[in-house]
Amino acid sequence: MSKYQVNSKGYYGPFGGAYIPEMLYPNVEELQEQYLSILEDPSFRTEFEQLLKDYVGRPSPLYRANRLSEKYNANIFLKREDLNHTGAHKINNTIGQIILAEKLGKKRIIAETGAGQHGVATATVCALKGLECVVYMGEIDIKRQAPNVARMKMMGATVVAATSGSKTLKDATNEALRDWINNPVDTHYIIGSVVGPHPYPDMVARFQSIISEETKKQLLEKTGKETPDIVMACVGGGSNAAGMFYHFLDDEDVQLIAVEAAGHGVESGESAATTVLGHEGVLHGSRSILMQTDDGQVIEPYSISAGLDYPGIGPQHAWLFKSGRGTYVSATDDEAMQAGLQLTKLEGIIPAIESSHALAHLEKMNFTGNETVVICLSGRGDKDLDNYMNYFGF
Amino acid sequence: MQITKHANGLLSIYFTAGYPHLDSTIEIAKALEIAGADFLEIGFPYSDPVADGPTIQHSSEVALKNGMSLKVLFEQLKDLRKHVQIPVYLMGYVNPVLQFGVEAFCKACKEVGVNGTIIPDLPMYEYEELYQHMFEENGISNIFLVTPQTSESRIRKIDNLSTSFIYLLSSNATTGKQLDIQDQASSYFQRIKDMKLENPIIIGFGIHDKETFTKATNFANGAIVGTAFVKLLAEENYLSRIPEFIKSIKG
Repeated sequence: MSKYQVNSKGYYGPFGGAYIPEMLYPNVEELQEQYLSILEDPSFRTEFEQLLKDYVGRPSPLYRANRLSEKYNANIFLKREDLNHTGAHKINNTIGQIILAEKLGKKRIIAETGAGQHGVATATVCALKGLECVVYMGEIDIKRQAPNVARMKMMGATVVAATSGSKTLKDATNEALRDWINNPVDTHYIIGSVVGPHPYPDMVARFQSIISEETKKQLLEKTGKETPDIVMACVGGGSNAAGMFYHFLDDEDVQLIAVEAAGHGVESGESAATTVLGHEGVLHGSRSILMQTDDGQVIEPYSISAGLDYPGIGPQHAWLFKSGRGTYVSATDDEAMQAGLQLTKLEGIIPAIESSHALAHLEKMNFTGNETVVICLSGRGDKDLDNYMNYFGF
Repeated sequence: MQITKHANGLLSIYFTAGYPHLDSTIEIAKALEIAGADFLEIGFPYSDPVADGPTIQHSSEVALKNGMSLKVLFEQLKDLRKHVQIPVYLMGYVNPVLQFGVEAFCKACKEVGVNGTIIPDLPMYEYEELYQHMFEENGISNIFLVTPQTSESRIRKIDNLSTSFIYLLSSNATTGKQLDIQDQASSYFQRIKDMKLENPIIIGFGIHDKETFTKATNFANGAIVGTAFVKLLAEENYLSRIPEFIKSIKG
């Protein structure tokens, strides 16, 4: 077992665990006891792989971005999760969890969403399976991600506004947990990131690990070598990064770079750069690193990107950060927006603003021309057009 | 006073420290004792209280805005035992306790005379492995919750670990849900009663009036009223209305 993977008790180093009220204990215990055997069941594998291929459109291409490579003097590849059905990596996880929920006999699905991509991905798989779907979304996010709200509704989901706290992703997560407490028997909670009580961080990372699994094969075909020098991904809770890093964790010569959202600047008071601003604590069921006061109250994060303004990171990321295996950096709103526009102009690809944060870090690197870099392009920017339009005045 | 297995009809009241005013904690506790409450849970607020319904969540938000923290609360409780004799438990979420330091938290509880703690999201295995000795060395009881979904073997384990009482949730729900006073709750309460546990049983969640209190205390040693009392605290002259509130439940 890799030292960077979860141990049998649900911990990554000192992080992880299951800090949940007794009301959720049976649900979480059921998952802990069953998820591995369900995931290894041949009937699960067959259905999961078939849906990923025929419904999601996998494998997603590994595209060598020639003009971007030329600009930064490196071999830059983009792992095109933006080309998945529903427009982001989130669908990999929801396909896995909906099959799991069916096998557990659940009739009702709940989810939380920030940017709306996970909500759309959840509403999609519920439509696919004919299951009831309730998505909690911060009131502010509902306003800034209107197209995704419409998509969820079209697919038959009920979108419930979270009106407490900052009215964003953190509060949507609280509301979803409350729903689960009140509906413990028939409901499965599809968590969208590598956060939450054990086994969620590991389960979601396993579903997203298809990203690095494919990348290895595709790199071998394209370059003759299955490991790059650097892999990069953006991190809010950190699911696309977890999937992008998964099969490279034990390749210690591969540098893993995670890019957090610095908002208006790390020290501006409006930021979501958790590894800089946070310290160890417990949020949403696991011990990790989170932004909090000295008294242990969670600080509201900020990012222009609704998918990254989360005050914590998944426990595996906390461990990669603390152990030094991963390099955690951040990009501001402005840097991300410029990087997003640059990719659009150089490659004809409009990235999600989340993914633009990963792209923005290229500007801070010095390449010699020999490096192979893979960046997870976690989602497409269609949902962010209003944001891009307002920012650049198009 | 101790909560014993032989006690009956005990009424406990939950309220949030620092709500409605930063310095209202002790005056509310005093008024509750005088009015006839048998013991108290004082909540310390947390920004992300997932097990709470809207009323208690709101009280926590206000308390935090008022400046309440564990540090402030222990300062306020310094003279607790000059004013209040009935048992007092602190209730809240694990993250503020971790940031305060678990050992320092247990010591502070002992110093001010708090009898025990209720920390719903502190996992039992973590309590046993890391913290149990800190609680025991300071004579602080840690109370565990039991829900309708908790397995019999886990209830037995909770009974072994408990040194004060077991907090029986009337249903699997966040705070503030109405008690199902039809027979669904009765069969669950009876099942627990038939287990003949070592510790007294106190029922919480959904107890809000004489009818629900009587129903709960037919099966258990006592019951806790939270949301209904926190609602009263939002009203004017709440202190003077406390005797009438306690009477309306206990008779």
